[in-house]
Amino acid sequence: MLIVLVGLFVLLQFAPGDAVDALVAQMGGGDATMIDDLRRHYGLDLPIAVRLASYVWHLVRLDLGFSVIYGKPVAEVILERLPVTLLLMTSALSLAFGAGMVLGILAARWVNRWPDTLISTLGLVFYATPSFWFGLMGIVVFAVKLAWLPPGGYEEIGAEYTGIWRVLDITRHLMLPTATLSLIFLAIYFRIMRASMLEVLTLDFVRSARAKGLNQFAVVTRHVLRNALLPMVTLIGLQAGTMLGGSVVVESVFALPGLGRLAYEAVVQRDLNTLLGITFVSALLVITVNLVVDLLYVQLDPRIGSSS
Amino acid sequence: MTFLRLYIRSPSAVFGIILLVLVLTAALTADYFFPGDPLALAGRPLVWPFESLTLPLGTDNLGRDIAAQIFHGARISLLIGFAATSVAIAIGIVIGAIAGYYGGWTDDVLMRVTEAFQILPNFLLLLIIITVFGSTLPCVTAAIGAVSWPAVARLTRAEFLTFRTRDFVQSCRTIGLGDIKIIFGEILPNALPPVIVYASVIMAVAILLESALAFLNLSDPNVSSWGNLIGQGRAVLRVRWYVSAIPGFAILLTVLAVSLVGQGLNDALNPRLRGR
Repeated sequence: MLIVLVGLFVLLQFAPGDAVDALVAQMGGGDATMIDDLRRHYGLDLPIAVRLASYVWHLVRLDLGFSVIYGKPVAEVILERLPVTLLLMTSALSLAFGAGMVLGILAARWVNRWPDTLISTLGLVFYATPSFWFGLMGIVVFAVKLAWLPPGGYEEIGAEYTGIWRVLDITRHLMLPTATLSLIFLAIYFRIMRASMLEVLTLDFVRSARAKGLNQFAVVTRHVLRNALLPMVTLIGLQAGTMLGGSVVVESVFALPGLGRLAYEAVVQRDLNTLLGITFVSALLVITVNLVVDLLYVQLDPRIGSSS
Repeated sequence: MTFLRLYIRSPSAVFGIILLVLVLTAALTADYFFPGDPLALAGRPLVWPFESLTLPLGTDNLGRDIAAQIFHGARISLLIGFAATSVAIAIGIVIGAIAGYYGGWTDDVLMRVTEAFQILPNFLLLLIIITVFGSTLPCVTAAIGAVSWPAVARLTRAEFLTFRTRDFVQSCRTIGLGDIKIIFGEILPNALPPVIVYASVIMAVAILLESALAFLNLSDPNVSSWGNLIGQGRAVLRVRWYVSAIPGFAILLTVLAVSLVGQGLNDALNPRLRGR
């Protein structure tokens, strides 16, 4: 974790231009003495080693530094944006996991017959679709042509809904982004679920369950599903980072004020402190997700916990 | 020959090859059908597709020929996909091979580095590298390669771990072959098939990553890339949706072709799946 940050910090020092350049460009230029003053004010004139040491020291106390562009501490900027991204990621993950699971079971049930072929083809196409393009086409169809859903944003500005109406409003706004972000993961979950169902279905205990006289539904839900879910859960941990990366693009398409869009803005505006902070928070997020996945594992399969 | 027979047994794999050949043809004939700069002005802006004979797919909001951009874009997508994949495979193989062959603390250190790359969202890392080194075509390619290697390294390492204690490796050591020769000359050819299959996944992802970067205007603006065109079309999305729709469809087909071919290779190379 520390290695990652120190490495990134050093890497970012080579970036052409700094936040002061961007700031001055926004103000429409300024004279040389003022630029020097600004640099000194933000401590950008100190040697790299000194700045690195002070950055790490601040980090230990969970202080992510100060964003020159937003004029606020980085932690505050990130916290403002974090809920949107978390909401988007959770809903996309649930959709991908749930739909992938159901489709995988259906495909495995009728393996090599037409429902399987149809769903598998669909999965391949989903996998190959660029998410931002799907999002744009979604906007064309559902927001422009049919006018069912809003084309972007997080909630209606100025409407000032409260309570349940606000929740509904946000849900309406998040429907398209969720579908867009979950598309590629849905395809992956579907493939894994199908393969893992097929594998588990051939195992001995499934035959015993059938011999016991259980019907198909009970066999699948009680016996097969629990075992087939293990690789799916592994995948959540592996895909957490990819999903965060995907939200950069999706949030830009739908103008959602989330972490991903913040990352994009930070890149464009050379706001390196914010960019580093986002990286730190996302790495933390990925680690947390993996921890939760490990705990879930023990819940699903008691054999894993007891051995260690 | 048996390999070829195994491969063409699957209809979807054959379909993938056909698609891939089509995209390759588009890339190779781009200069023949559309000589000159694809980013040059070709006619009135925002001509609908199939309206004009000289501009079969219409023009974008600057009046540039969409068909020309699609053909030339195929070149860029395949080039970036192929080059970035090579970079990722090369880094991944070297790191994975060394880690798997030597084991011990070398393995520990290299795997920690790999993990460090894996806990960072790869698109975020890509953004950072682009910020630092600029967004010319070689930079973007190298950056995509640099964020895609960890999985290859893990795969290669796992293969090497199973091979390094095998008898043929022991005998190579006995006759005094150097480590480098054993790693690259003896073990690597055996460890390569799964890595090659995985390369198709990397290539598909690399093409998607590049188009996403281009869409966000963070890739090289001076080349004709499908992602750039989608980004352009976004400004006129409400009424002229075809400007974004056409290049997106091209990306879809290319990535589909690459993954179908990869799946076909996997089925043909994987002995466990044979006869199913």
